[in-house]
Amino acid sequence: MSTVQYQYDPQHLKKSGEDFFDPTMLKKHEMVLNIGPQHPSTHGVLRLEVMTDGEIIREVVPHLGYLHRCFEKHAEALPYNQIIPFVDRLDYMAAMNSEHAYVMGLERMLGIENDIPKRIEYIRVLVAELNRLASHFVAIGTYGLDIGSFTPFLWMMRDREYINRLLEWVSGARMLYNYIWVGGLFYDLPVGFEEQCQSFITYLKPKMKEMQHLITENKIFIERTAGIGVLPLDLAVNYGVSGPVLRGSGLRFDLRKVDAYSVYPELEFDIPVGKGEMGKLGDCWDRTQVRVLECDESIKIIEQCLKQLTTDHKRTRDFNPQKVVPKKIRPKAMDFYVRAENPKGELGFFFRSSGNTDVPLRCKVRSCCFVNLSVLPAISKNVMLSDLVAILGSLDIVMGEIDR
Amino acid sequence: MFIWSFIVTLVVILTYAIFVVYAERKAAAFVQDRLGPVEVGPKGILQTVADLIKLLQKEDIVPTASDKILFRLAPWLIFTAIFWGFTALPWVPGLVGSNLPSGIFMIFAVVSLDVIGLFMVGWGANNKYALFGAVRSIAQIISYEIPLGLCLLAVVTFTGTLNLQEIAQQQSIDTTFHSSLFGIPGIDVSAWGGVFTWNIIRFPVLLPVAALFFIATLAECNRAPFDIPEAESELVAGFHTEYSGFRFGMLFLSEYAMMLLVAILLVFLFLGAWSSPLPNIAGVKLYDWTSGTTGQLSSYVWSIVWLGGKTIAVIFWQIMLRWTFPRLRVDQLMHLCWKLFLPLSMLLVLVSAIWKWFLIS
Repeated sequence: MSTVQYQYDPQHLKKSGEDFFDPTMLKKHEMVLNIGPQHPSTHGVLRLEVMTDGEIIREVVPHLGYLHRCFEKHAEALPYNQIIPFVDRLDYMAAMNSEHAYVMGLERMLGIENDIPKRIEYIRVLVAELNRLASHFVAIGTYGLDIGSFTPFLWMMRDREYINRLLEWVSGARMLYNYIWVGGLFYDLPVGFEEQCQSFITYLKPKMKEMQHLITENKIFIERTAGIGVLPLDLAVNYGVSGPVLRGSGLRFDLRKVDAYSVYPELEFDIPVGKGEMGKLGDCWDRTQVRVLECDESIKIIEQCLKQLTTDHKRTRDFNPQKVVPKKIRPKAMDFYVRAENPKGELGFFFRSSGNTDVPLRCKVRSCCFVNLSVLPAISKNVMLSDLVAILGSLDIVMGEIDR
Repeated sequence: MFIWSFIVTLVVILTYAIFVVYAERKAAAFVQDRLGPVEVGPKGILQTVADLIKLLQKEDIVPTASDKILFRLAPWLIFTAIFWGFTALPWVPGLVGSNLPSGIFMIFAVVSLDVIGLFMVGWGANNKYALFGAVRSIAQIISYEIPLGLCLLAVVTFTGTLNLQEIAQQQSIDTTFHSSLFGIPGIDVSAWGGVFTWNIIRFPVLLPVAALFFIATLAECNRAPFDIPEAESELVAGFHTEYSGFRFGMLFLSEYAMMLLVAILLVFLFLGAWSSPLPNIAGVKLYDWTSGTTGQLSSYVWSIVWLGGKTIAVIFWQIMLRWTFPRLRVDQLMHLCWKLFLPLSMLLVLVSAIWKWFLIS
């Protein structure tokens, strides 16, 4: 099992050519509009080839690959623990969550997942939920930007800044942390972190209310998003979308509950789902509302974690966060798939290890943004140009994870 | 008089543009919980000047594929159309570029010309985004001119004149125009002046008209929440995507000049023009104290203070709305115009006429 056989369509390269539409084959009134890769609302370097009839969009074809950084190929040349910084760069908005998923997979492969001290797990969940908040803030804020209001974006960025500072205090980096290690953590929480985090939560709660007044309860916002980009549940399941996009369509599916990994079964939180309050079930407003409500749930989880970290699993002098960190990460020969709930959906890692080296033979990422984006052409047929931007924003994609 | 008015108008527009851009950025910063420009000059007050100098130094790019004549001509046409609108504005009592009997009508007639300029921009630039922006802009401006015109009609029903000078004069104290409290015959407030002789107070039916007028003018000058022609999240920069340097500056200036024009018109038509908002009640002659002597320098200074103050307040509203609301979609905008504003403004014209017929004459 030294080489990995890939199967692919021989026409593959031809299919992913530069342009999908032939301008000479267009009907009367039709026009091909190229949105991106440099465009204010494609959330990175996504290119959309759009066939329009005036303001109406007939068909959308996303073109990917402008941010391809060969993560999977890199991973085949690096020891497991050195891949973690690259994992950070997948979904750079929620690096902690990606790290958590990756590390969890390796710990299960090594069979040490039960040796990890509870305090470490609580810290992991705490930082991951903080990062989930940060990721949702960016999602909601930039969605406001897509809809045309600038202020929510800066408000959300202001609040995200607090999280960035907290996580910088924890790990030394603002966005790409390399904090969660296989078998432990880089460091314990800094002294005084719990109090700072608690004061941040106290600060945040009224701000969340303010944000809802400005965005999700705004009349124009509701008109722009309700009933737009309706993603029916069957379509959502067929495309395999996950995260807030799936829950926006009404399915109560969250891997934190379904798989009950880490210490999530010990924590109390709800899974908000879309209810179609403003328009139809599974529209852009529902997806945004799910994100907003998830922020509240994350705040609950953070509070519970903080409570645990200051009572049952208190900081002790002799606590070593790297105690269980294996000297050599060499899993047995196996195929292993791990999945976890990222802010944007189900992030999965597939590992194939040979058993005689600490470098994976194959490390495939199941990217939630990639899958979520795949639903875009299906739900943005015959919508207005402005709606396309609204739909794309509501899917909340990060190109770093799509192109990898 | 004509040349003086020209110079005054140009100077006012240019200085206004410099300060309103700064004010807009500071107001946005205030709303968004940040500092805004702070580096250039004290409190960043010279930021706009620095930006202007930067803009003038930029390379003037004319795209190869563009229609060069249209591309070069369009910014001038747009600016001329809007600048033309200022000619019929009486800045202070007596100083007016052209004292036309049909002043307000003329303003809206010539300002409509900028639609042609916008279409030239969108078509000439040979850019799909610019074309989208231009088409949206034209549809929007032409549609909103109808409720706007009907709003004017409602005002003119009461004032009986199209001349802005006279409309302004009627709302001050030294006029033969008769005003009663809230437009209901009874208490005569002609001698009180102040807010009581503002059009929106003495004819309360004009209050909804003023609101309609304000919203329609927002659409007219492409301000948020009706900034769909330059929706940056969809159309990058809309109709002026391909412009840079001085030509972009012209388009930018015209946009802000349009904001000023509609704000001043709102003040003239509804908010008492240049007259003081403070009334004379019994022996307390607040109006007289804040108006100067007619024909003297003091009256001009007070006029400028009140006109400027009211205009700034209206512009502040425009700015705050921009930083609060999301953008409407193009079909929602049309829906709002044709299905809501048009019937509403027609109804208001009818109500104005009935009011005028039964209660005033």
